[in-house]
Amino acid sequence: YFLRHARSRNYVSESEVCKLESVPLDFGDYHPLKPITVTESKTKKMNRKGSTSSTSSSSSSSMMDPLSSVLDGTDPLSLFAAAADPVTTAPPTDGARRKRDKDESLAVGSDFEPWSSKRGEILARYTTTEKLSINLYMGSEKGKATTAGSAVSEKVRTRLEELDDLEEGSQKELLNLTQQDYMNRIEELNQSLKDAWSSDQKVKALKIVIQCSKLLSDTTVIQFYPSKFVLITDILDTFGKLVYERILSMCVDNRVSLPDNFSPESVNDTAKETCLNWFFKIASIRELIPRFYVEAAILKCNKFLSKTGISECLPRLTSMIRGIGDPLVAVYARAYLCRVGMEVAPQLKESLNKNFFDFLLTFKQIHGDTVQNQLVVQCVEIPLYLTLYSPAIDWILQCIAYHAPDVLLTEMMERCKKLGNNALLLNSVMSAFRAEFIAARSMDFIGMIKECDESGFPKHLLFRSLGLNLALADPPENDRLQILNEAWKVITKLKNPQDYINCAEVWVEYTCRHFTKREVNTVLADVIKHMTPDRAFEDAYPQLQSIIQKVITYIYDFALLFSVEKFLPFLDMFQKESVRVEVCKCIMESFIKHQQEPTKDPVILNALLHICKTMHDSVNALTLEDEKRTLAALINGFIKMVSFGRDFEQQLSFYVEARSMFCNLEPVLVQLIHSVNQLAMETRRVMKGNHSRKTAAFVRACVAFCFITIPSLSSIFTRLNLYLHSGQVALANQCLSQADAFFKAAVSLVPEVPKMISVDGKMRPSDAFLLEFLCNFFSTLLVVPDHPEQGVLFLVRGLLNVIQDYTWEDNSDDKVRIYTNVLHLLSAMTQEAYIYHVDKVDSNDSLYGGDSKFLAEINKLSETVVSQILDHLKTLGKEETLRRQSQLALYFFNTILAHGDLRNNRLNQLSVNLWNLAQKHGFADTKTMVKTLEYIKRRSKQPEMSHFTDLSLRLPLQSRT
Amino acid sequence: MGTALDVRVKRAGKVYRDGEILSGVVVVTSKDTVQHQGISLTMEGSVNLQLSAKNVGVFEAFCNTAKPIQIINSTIEMVKPGKLPSGKTEIPFEFPLQMKGNKVLYETYHGVFVNIQYTLRCDMRRSLLAKDLTKTCEFIVHSLSQKGKLLPSPVDFTITPETLQNVKERASLPKFLIRGHLNSTNCVITQPLTGELVVESAEAAVKSIELQLVRVETCGCAEGYARDATEIQNIQIADGDVCRGLPIPIHMVFPRLFTCPTLETTNFKVEFEVNIVVLLHDDHLITENFPLKLCRM
Repeated sequence: YFLRHARSRNYVSESEVCKLESVPLDFGDYHPLKPITVTESKTKKMNRKGSTSSTSSSSSSSMMDPLSSVLDGTDPLSLFAAAADPVTTAPPTDGARRKRDKDESLAVGSDFEPWSSKRGEILARYTTTEKLSINLYMGSEKGKATTAGSAVSEKVRTRLEELDDLEEGSQKELLNLTQQDYMNRIEELNQSLKDAWSSDQKVKALKIVIQCSKLLSDTTVIQFYPSKFVLITDILDTFGKLVYERILSMCVDNRVSLPDNFSPESVNDTAKETCLNWFFKIASIRELIPRFYVEAAILKCNKFLSKTGISECLPRLTSMIRGIGDPLVAVYARAYLCRVGMEVAPQLKESLNKNFFDFLLTFKQIHGDTVQNQLVVQCVEIPLYLTLYSPAIDWILQCIAYHAPDVLLTEMMERCKKLGNNALLLNSVMSAFRAEFIAARSMDFIGMIKECDESGFPKHLLFRSLGLNLALADPPENDRLQILNEAWKVITKLKNPQDYINCAEVWVEYTCRHFTKREVNTVLADVIKHMTPDRAFEDAYPQLQSIIQKVITYIYDFALLFSVEKFLPFLDMFQKESVRVEVCKCIMESFIKHQQEPTKDPVILNALLHICKTMHDSVNALTLEDEKRTLAALINGFIKMVSFGRDFEQQLSFYVEARSMFCNLEPVLVQLIHSVNQLAMETRRVMKGNHSRKTAAFVRACVAFCFITIPSLSSIFTRLNLYLHSGQVALANQCLSQADAFFKAAVSLVPEVPKMISVDGKMRPSDAFLLEFLCNFFSTLLVVPDHPEQGVLFLVRGLLNVIQDYTWEDNSDDKVRIYTNVLHLLSAMTQEAYIYHVDKVDSNDSLYGGDSKFLAEINKLSETVVSQILDHLKTLGKEETLRRQSQLALYFFNTILAHGDLRNNRLNQLSVNLWNLAQKHGFADTKTMVKTLEYIKRRSKQPEMSHFTDLSLRLPLQSRT
Repeated sequence: MGTALDVRVKRAGKVYRDGEILSGVVVVTSKDTVQHQGISLTMEGSVNLQLSAKNVGVFEAFCNTAKPIQIINSTIEMVKPGKLPSGKTEIPFEFPLQMKGNKVLYETYHGVFVNIQYTLRCDMRRSLLAKDLTKTCEFIVHSLSQKGKLLPSPVDFTITPETLQNVKERASLPKFLIRGHLNSTNCVITQPLTGELVVESAEAAVKSIELQLVRVETCGCAEGYARDATEIQNIQIADGDVCRGLPIPIHMVFPRLFTCPTLETTNFKVEFEVNIVVLLHDDHLITENFPLKLCRM
């Protein structure tokens, strides 16, 4: 009924006319996807415009993930910031600089480790399982004092107080709280403080704060005290801020708030009076500890009253602490004062020093009877008790050491020495002072540590602190080995595995930093020796993990790393699976990050295969997708880094081994298929396309590998694409029957494509993917020669049948779009010489040599396809589908225009009909139609295209009215 | 509802001295116009003496000092009878705070038995139908500085078991030695009481050291008098077993309303004392008393 005439084409001349100006690609240039380089490009697909595009398989040439490599370098934003910085800090005028210098001395720089970073550490470290209690007395003290002499009778008064109690939730004694309950309660108090404040109940707010700070005088459950301090001072900070902001807001005059550096003169009387009131109220708090804490909390408010307020207050508050009898309570009070002082007036260093010296003066109290009796009652050992001091002393010393001259630090050290070289102080000195300062005097410190009187403070903590400093700053060159020897001598003698590992963890870094693998090996061996008895390692996974991390940070040459004999035995200590996998991941990350060259070192391969196997084996039904992805990416990174050079057999057998090892991770299998395909292509490249018997057999082995691996994958599109891809590889390597097998497998898989597929965890319709795949497939089929025993165009027919039977979405035109694309293929097949070929493979053009029977077959096929398209266009005649009809008609029209021989009258008539159909219902885009018409006119000027002139005359343009 | 009356003085602290002018505004707020028979402002100052329960009866029979003693009482007419517009009306006033003759303007003081209070009272007289409106506002009087009177009078003290009085069994006392000094017992009321205290030695653990500020109020006349001591404030300066030999600061701010310069008149006296109270762990209580002389500079 209808005969299709493909116009014959001369691709070579056509491509010369149509080719875009070619721009040589210079791969040395920067390109966003640069790490991915195109390694093979086999089939060429012709598209409508006549330009060529390539389907290519690409493989990452670099081991590094392109994303992580970006992250690896300095990220562009910070670079930019760094570059911008000199602009802002460009030499200002002298005056401005002087001002800034002054500002700097007034504010604490970012190099000062803030309290907030210590907070969490303290809370995590000082915990208890004992029951705690909160005793809050909310009754109004003031009320009592004033009513004392009044004539109201006792009875009435108690009643009134009861009423008060109900109102304020007065006296509360909460006993038997667990630590968590306690923390919740404190948080509640913090909240009720804010509530009280915002509802203008300032007195209640003050009472809450007083009651809270009173809790700090209670040292029952002493091991929890540092954490309690943290919690309660949070409340005090809140309170201080509230009061300050409130008074500041009162200073707003004519909506102009005060500048940051306001002077007291600019504060109005009301604000001053309010401020003064607060101070008077606080001065009348009966108990010492709450009075101290609350006043310290609002220290900043002195700024409203006088310039010298803060500098007068600090020394007074400092000496006020002398009245606190309990040395632990006192030292924390000092820490709080230093903290507030640093925040409000960091330039006032004197008080900081005074605080420390006062602390030294009272140091003897720690060993006094009162404290000792208390410890006996609470069953707390001296070493534990002493460690409770550390956060406070550390903090005080840190404040003192901040930007302090070495002279001062030396003086502090001397003072500590004088006090019997106390271990507790020494430890704090080491954790608070600058690492460089400590490192430069490491030998002195080791001497002092050895000499210092035990007095209960654990020595391993001292070595740990020293180690932490040495990890940050380098000691003098000559002392390095001696330091390690001296320190390790002590560390290795530690009996308690926990103490030991805490110390060793720190010193491993020092060892890795300054010494060779021999020393590292010794250290690792020592750790293994200590941690193996009684499975002590089970309680020390975090530390052991951190040791591994330190080792691989410093030794990232994996050949060197695995030659450290004890490294692998060390890994064996990680017996809990989750931890082991974490460690393996770390190692693999480091490998992928640092390994530059592909490797075939058997030691590395064995070790890493073992590590990867461990990771792989941890995957089970419960493993999260994300985790699987991470593991697979790591394993893939490893696989890509393995290369046996020209020993392709070895390479393949490695891939086979890897496949058996990592069969549960699909992405790894996919990677392996790609790698094997790449290997086959590499062989082809080496043989320059002419396989010998041996290489042909090898290539077939590669192909077979792919063929049996693909079915084990679950994702249908992965399978389809891999079949196609592997088929292309097989074709390129002249394995025709194998290629056929791949393509047949792909054809028979198409019916199984589900309507919806899951993409990144979301269900998406699959049609777009299928369409893309089929187009790609058809392009490949052009060059696939027919099988001698099967019929003409066996694969194309097979695929068309599958498409015909596939259940398409009811309202989709995909089927017709594919049919239209099939017409492209069929027209290309009728050409004398095909647009592209696979080297050394005869395609149908040379097989049939333009045989008329072959052409007739194609024509018959085209006819069927065209009639299918026309049928479909007819069904779209309904009102709601007219737009689709118009689009499809135009699409079909364009196809005929590009591929049909329009000198044929019937085809010519068909195209005119399609043109009219496209415009019939006004759904056509006028712009497109005009452009198309212009194109036809332009084409008509070319030689042998004169019939286009007639055509253009027969195509009316519908004006939009 | 209706009409509201308010008296506001200008100074935020409401503090005035002899010879100064008390200025401020009377604020009348009302929805409607206010018809009134005149608004007047009265300044009153008086000393109220109250006898403690134990002395009532014994005294009243022969002494009449319990009656309030008037210090100042003057009235000015602010607005003549008429109408005030609706809304908020502010009427400014200035009132000289001046004593007649050589009467002394005592400082404001709120004690238990002696009360010296100054108020401004605004009265709005109205017709028979509406109630008269009254609003009072307290203001605070500080006496003039007593120049040249203050001489620093430092006191050193030593407390040992031997220096104590009123001890029942001196033998059962633990041994201790507490030394210290007050920088001055003549104190400026706006400045804190300062000094130092050192626990040189103590057999028993120290529980707490406190400063107890006590006022001593005496009411009386020629026939006899009543003397009562009450605690105003108690400030803890040491909590727990303090370090031996380390000076602990003595520091106490005088509370504003409850103290005034030491006052002696024919009818009443207000005096202050401070007690240093040392509480030992075995519940021994050691007190050392120091009379203070407060004045305003």
